[in-house]
Amino acid sequence: MFYRESGDFKKTYQKDSQTFPIKFDRWRYYFVMLVAFIVIPMFLTDYTANAVMIPFLVWAIAALGLNILVGYCGQLSLGTGGFMAVGAYSTYKLMTSFPGMDMISVIVLSGLITAVVGALFGLPSLRIKGFYLAVATLAAQFFLVWLLNKVPWFYNYSASGQISAPQRELFGIVITGPHATPVAAYLFCLIFAVGLAWVARNLTRGRMGRSWMAIRDMDIAAEIIGVNPLMAKLSAFAVSSFFIGISGALLFSVYLGAAEVTEAFSINVSFAVLFMVIIGGLGSIFGSFVGAAFMVLMPVLLKNILVGGLGWPTDLAAHFEFIIVGGLILIFLIVEPHGLAQMARVLKEKLRLWPFPH
Amino acid sequence: MSADFLYLVEVILNGLMAGVMYSLVALGFVLIFKASGIFNYAQGVMALFAALTLVGIQTGQIPFAHLINAIFGTNVHHFGWQVPTLLAIAITVGVMVLFAILVERYVLHHLINQEPIILFMATIGLAYFMEGFGDIMWGSEIKTLDVGLPSGGSRWLEDYTLGWVAEGERYYGMYLDKLDMVASLVAIVLVVSLTIFSQYTKTGRALRAVADDHQAALSVGISLRTIWVIVWAIAGFVALVAGIMWGAKSGVQFSLSLIALKALPVLMLGGFTSIPGAIIGGLIIGVGEKVFEYSIGPLIGGATENWFAYVLALMFLVFRPQGLFGEKIIERV
Repeated sequence: MFYRESGDFKKTYQKDSQTFPIKFDRWRYYFVMLVAFIVIPMFLTDYTANAVMIPFLVWAIAALGLNILVGYCGQLSLGTGGFMAVGAYSTYKLMTSFPGMDMISVIVLSGLITAVVGALFGLPSLRIKGFYLAVATLAAQFFLVWLLNKVPWFYNYSASGQISAPQRELFGIVITGPHATPVAAYLFCLIFAVGLAWVARNLTRGRMGRSWMAIRDMDIAAEIIGVNPLMAKLSAFAVSSFFIGISGALLFSVYLGAAEVTEAFSINVSFAVLFMVIIGGLGSIFGSFVGAAFMVLMPVLLKNILVGGLGWPTDLAAHFEFIIVGGLILIFLIVEPHGLAQMARVLKEKLRLWPFPH
Repeated sequence: MSADFLYLVEVILNGLMAGVMYSLVALGFVLIFKASGIFNYAQGVMALFAALTLVGIQTGQIPFAHLINAIFGTNVHHFGWQVPTLLAIAITVGVMVLFAILVERYVLHHLINQEPIILFMATIGLAYFMEGFGDIMWGSEIKTLDVGLPSGGSRWLEDYTLGWVAEGERYYGMYLDKLDMVASLVAIVLVVSLTIFSQYTKTGRALRAVADDHQAALSVGISLRTIWVIVWAIAGFVALVAGIMWGAKSGVQFSLSLIALKALPVLMLGGFTSIPGAIIGGLIIGVGEKVFEYSIGPLIGGATENWFAYVLALMFLVFRPQGLFGEKIIERV
C-alpha cells in the first residue's frame, strides 16, 4: 500500500538512479540515521557500548570489506585476521611515531597501508582460483601474524609484545585510551561505518563494481568482453583490505585499547568475519551489517540466557555457543543460502504486492 | 661421517615422518573432495571427535556427564569400567559411520546442487558444531590416549648411529620417535588398502565413477546417497586413524583439530584430487619445513613452521595452479 514506487515521480536521472528508489525506504533510512546518531548516544551505557554497539560497528566494517572481495568479486579469502592485524599495527606505529597526527588521518592511512599489503597478497589470485586461492590467503594470515609477532620494531620493542593505544583527541574530545567516553568512541566508529558503507554502495554500483561482478560470475567471459582481470581483482583486494584495515585499526585503537597479535587477530577472526558475510548475505551491503549484528549479539544473548538465566558454568555455555553457531550456519545455508539479506529482499517483494498478492 | 651431516639426515628423516602425519589428514580431504567435490574443512575436527570418542569409550566415561551434572545437579563421571582397545576402536568406527549417515541425511542431502563455496561453508559450520558437541559429550580437558602404541625415541638406533661418528665429536646418536615410525607404517598400509579398495572392488569402482561424473554415475544406477555415506564413513575412519596417531603423540585436545590447517598446504601442493599427491605433498612439506627451520629459522627468529608450508605452497601454485598431481584445470566459457 505505502511501499511502492508508483506515484513517486522522478524528474532527473540522478533521482532515478538513487540508492533508495522507494519513498518508504528513504524515510526509513533517515530514521535509522537519526536513531544511530542522536537517540542511541543518549541512552548509551558503558556495557551496551563495549559489549554491543562498538564491536558491531567495527565488525560491520570488516564484513563490508570481506563482502566486497567474496560477495562482489568472488575471491574467497581467509586472510582477514592478518589484514586486520596490519591495520592495527599501522595505527599503533602512526600514533606513536607522529603524536600530533589527528585520528582520522591515522585510521585512513592505516587503511591505505593495509590496502597495499592486501593488493600484494592478491597477486596470486591472477593464477590461482577457487579453494586453492582460499588456502593461499591463509598464507597471508599466518605469515603476517608471524611477522608482526617476530619483528620487535612493529610493537616498539615492548617487553610483553603487546601494543596499547595511547590517548588521542579529536576536536578536543578524547576518543582513544582509558579516558575515552563510550559515546565519543561510538560516534567515532559510527562515522567511519556510515562513510564506508556509502563508499561501498557507490563503488559496487559503479563501473568498478560491475567489473568485479563480471569477474565473479565468470572470469573468462568477463575478460573476453573487455574487463581487465588484473585491475578488477587487484582493486577488489585493495579496496577490501582498505576496509578491513580500518576495521582492524578501530578494533585496536577504539575498542580493545590493547592487543596481542596472535590472540586478537588469529585465524578464528578470519572465520568469524566470513560467517558474518555468509549469514548476512553475499554481495549485499545491508547483509554485512545484519551479519555483523547477528554474530555480535548472539554470543551476548546466549551468555545472558545460559550463564545468567540458567546458571550454567561458563565453559559449558561456551561449548553450547559453538554448537549453536555451527548449527545456525548449517540451517541458514540449507534454508537460505543467500543469507538474511535475501530474506529481507523476499519480504520487500511481498510488501510491494501487499495487500493484493494476486 | 661428520656429526653435522648426520644431524641434517636426522632432521630430514623427522621431516619425512612429520609429513606422513600430515598426509594422514590430507588423505581424508582428498577422499571426500574426489567423491563429492566438497572441500571438507571438518576433517580435522572429525579426527578430534574420533579420538575423543575413542578415549571416552575406552575409559568408560559417561557421555554428556558435564551437561547432566549442570542440569540435574548430580555428580556423575564414569561408568567405572574399561573397554578393551580393539572393541573401543570398533565402537568408534561405528560412531563415525553413524555420523556419516547423519551428515548425509541432514546436511548434504539438502545442499545438493549448491555452489562449492556454500558446501565449503557448510563444512565449516559442521566443524564448529562438532567441536562444541565433542566437548559437551566428552569434556574439554586434555586426555591421554593409550592404545598400546610404542613411544619415545629408539634406543637401538641411537646406539647404532653413535658408532658412525669419529671419537671425540659431540654427537649423541640419531633420535627418531618410535611412534612416528609406527605412524609411517600405518599410513603405508592405509594407502595401499585404500588403493586396492578403489581399484578392485565393486564399491570402489562405483566411487571412482562418481568422482568422474555424478550424472553419468547416476544414469548407470549408482546411488549417489549411498556413495556419499560410504565416502564420509571412510573419511571418518581415516580421521580416526589420524586422531589415534596425533592423539597418542600430543594428547587428545582442542589443538588436534588444527591439524586440518596443516593439511591444507599439503593438499595444495599435491592437488585436491590425487591420493599419491597427498602423500608426496605431505612428505615435501614435512621435510621442507623441518629443513627450513633447521637451516634458516635461527636467522629470522624461529617458529617458521607456522607459515612456511603455506608460503611454499603459494609460490608453488603460482607456477602450477592445479598442484603436483591434480587434474589439469580446463576452463570453458
